[in-house]
Amino acid sequence: MLQIKNLHAQIEGKPILKGINLEVKAGTVHAIMGPNGSGKSTLSSVIAGREEYEVTEGEIWFNGVNILELEPEERAREGLFLAFQYPIEIPGVSNANFIKMAVNEVRKHKGLESLSATDFLKLMREKAALVGLKDDFLKRSVNAGFSGGEKKRNEIFQLAMLDPKLSILDETDSGLDIDALRTVAEGVNALKNSENAFLVITHYQRLLDYIVPDVVHVLYDGRIVETGDKNLALKLEDQGYDWVIEKHKQEA
Amino acid sequence: MSKDQEILDSITSQEYQWGFESNIDQEIAAIGLSEDTIRFISKKKNEPEWMLEWRLKAFEIWKSMPEPNWQNLEYAPVDFQSISYYAEPKKKTLNSLDELDPEIKATYDKLGIPLEEQKLLAGVAVDAVLDSVSVVTTYKERLAQDGIIFCSFSEAVHEHPELVKKYLGSVVPVADNYFSALNCAVFSDGSFVYIPKGVRCPMELSTYFRINAKNTGQFERTLIIADDHSYVSYLEGCTAPQRDENQLHAAVVELVAMEHAEIKYSTVQNWFPGDKDGKGGIYNFVTKRGACLGNHSKISWTQVETGSAVTWKYPSCILKGDYSVGEFYSVAVTNNFQQADTGTKMIHTGKHTRSRIVSKGISAGKSQNSYRGLVRVNKRAEGARNFSQCDSLLLGDRCGAHTFPYFEILNNSANVEHEATTSKIGEDILFYFRQRGIGEEDAVAMIVNGYAKEVLDQLPMEFAVEAKKLLAISLEGSVG
Repeated sequence: MLQIKNLHAQIEGKPILKGINLEVKAGTVHAIMGPNGSGKSTLSSVIAGREEYEVTEGEIWFNGVNILELEPEERAREGLFLAFQYPIEIPGVSNANFIKMAVNEVRKHKGLESLSATDFLKLMREKAALVGLKDDFLKRSVNAGFSGGEKKRNEIFQLAMLDPKLSILDETDSGLDIDALRTVAEGVNALKNSENAFLVITHYQRLLDYIVPDVVHVLYDGRIVETGDKNLALKLEDQGYDWVIEKHKQEA
Repeated sequence: MSKDQEILDSITSQEYQWGFESNIDQEIAAIGLSEDTIRFISKKKNEPEWMLEWRLKAFEIWKSMPEPNWQNLEYAPVDFQSISYYAEPKKKTLNSLDELDPEIKATYDKLGIPLEEQKLLAGVAVDAVLDSVSVVTTYKERLAQDGIIFCSFSEAVHEHPELVKKYLGSVVPVADNYFSALNCAVFSDGSFVYIPKGVRCPMELSTYFRINAKNTGQFERTLIIADDHSYVSYLEGCTAPQRDENQLHAAVVELVAMEHAEIKYSTVQNWFPGDKDGKGGIYNFVTKRGACLGNHSKISWTQVETGSAVTWKYPSCILKGDYSVGEFYSVAVTNNFQQADTGTKMIHTGKHTRSRIVSKGISAGKSQNSYRGLVRVNKRAEGARNFSQCDSLLLGDRCGAHTFPYFEILNNSANVEHEATTSKIGEDILFYFRQRGIGEEDAVAMIVNGYAKEVLDQLPMEFAVEAKKLLAISLEGSVG
């Protein structure tokens, strides 16, 4: 589904990613872990198409499409979803209108007609319940005045509505209490199937107790330096990142 | 009025200091401004002597006034001697829509304006736009049944001189400001409305249907009088961009509301804003003011300003009647190199008067957008209340938003509230939309419509739908 080959990227002339290779197959969950400043968020931004980052080398293929040539909205319509670490507040635009526009754009791209108002409302209520958001949130402005937990739930709500092929969760666990974390994870688990894939970016292991990864990668200084199964995450939880840094310092 | 008289006297006794006088050939459409120009205009319009006298007095006053420079605007000085003040004979018509600027044509199409109407707006020579003409006739008959007068200003000068004499200049005195004085001297045409006692006008009155007075030109003059217990909703302008050869516009609008009367005045201003490099565009210097003369009267201004290179406009209310209400709802959009200095004045002189100001500025490109508002509560205005909300929205980081609120409160019982916010649509917000599959222009349209909703909701339904589209079109290409 996703193939990243020798990806190099920089921001304002400063190299951040220095040769990322990664393959994510349908039906799998990959975790990307790493110490602060290792390039985790840059990786998610580059895949989603943030323009501040300049790709200097390498390729990103998504279901046979070289997405580096696509605008961010085109990538999204192809089925790429990023759950933001810091979801944006949009005063004056209701959650219902926002997600309706987004869903219809994706449907249009697939050659499908817009959903009827009734079907749409039904779908919204169902997905809101999945992440524990009350109906009245639909009328409120996107993320405006939401608590940290509500914002993250809203990200997963949008994910559920858009039903993407690849979802990148960027530090979705940050700022969540244990109950919200569990709700969010349950939401993700309910959406997991053999057709889609998840890339879970996190500093801590605790989210991976709930969303169990098939593959765990460790990112350090812009490269993937370790790859393993879920036990790698447990080792990091236990021993921290010092051994990774020690082991790979020379290369960096 | 005595103060005005003083000013008038002092001015008329002054030496003529501007050196504008030149002999103008009566047969040629005048370029430049002198007493002769005014006599020429008045004669062309076949005006009665009193109207000419009024114009000439205004001209004397104008000559003595300095051009204002306090506003937050920068523009090349207007050469008042290079303007033609009577443009009718020069009115250029197009032979077909193919001759129209393709950008204006594209905007018409986006707004979904039918072909026949496009021709009318663009000034294409057509024998008759039959549908519109019949609409006008039907309108006129219906209005006449209720005794409503709705005609061009020129017609009113001839048909209803008592009303015109009584109210012309009663709300905006001749010497009010530089541009209003100029308008008084050279006004071309405009609308006149009188709603009799107890009549609720059965339809929205719109300049758009006042076909006989189209091409009223750059110095429009409007006077609306709502007698006791009457109601009228008036729509000025049109969402379609209007082709116009004149660079300077200086209109005056006067509203008079008697006891328990209500006037709702809505404007969509979409004059040519200049091109992307800031070349060309209309200078729009408008004086709009309403007087709530009667107790319990109400005047409500709603404006959507998207056009013009320079906008200088402060629709205001004088709340003289006890318990009278003034409202101002505004969306002002500036893009590219546009500049707007707009706002309102709410002058509370009656007891228990109330006013409400909701101003939403949207700046994009390299434009500058200023809100300027005055709330004054006079000594005698017991129990006056005002609420002001002034919001600014910035698209990108090369534009400017400015807020200049003034409060002059002379009565301790007044209750005045002011709220202001500034927000910015930056890359982060746009990226969030785009990551959800929503393109930049749709994103901006959604944000702007959400932001301006409170004002757009004040517009009559059909107008509101078009105004929303217009906002999106005005901001096209403003991001990214």
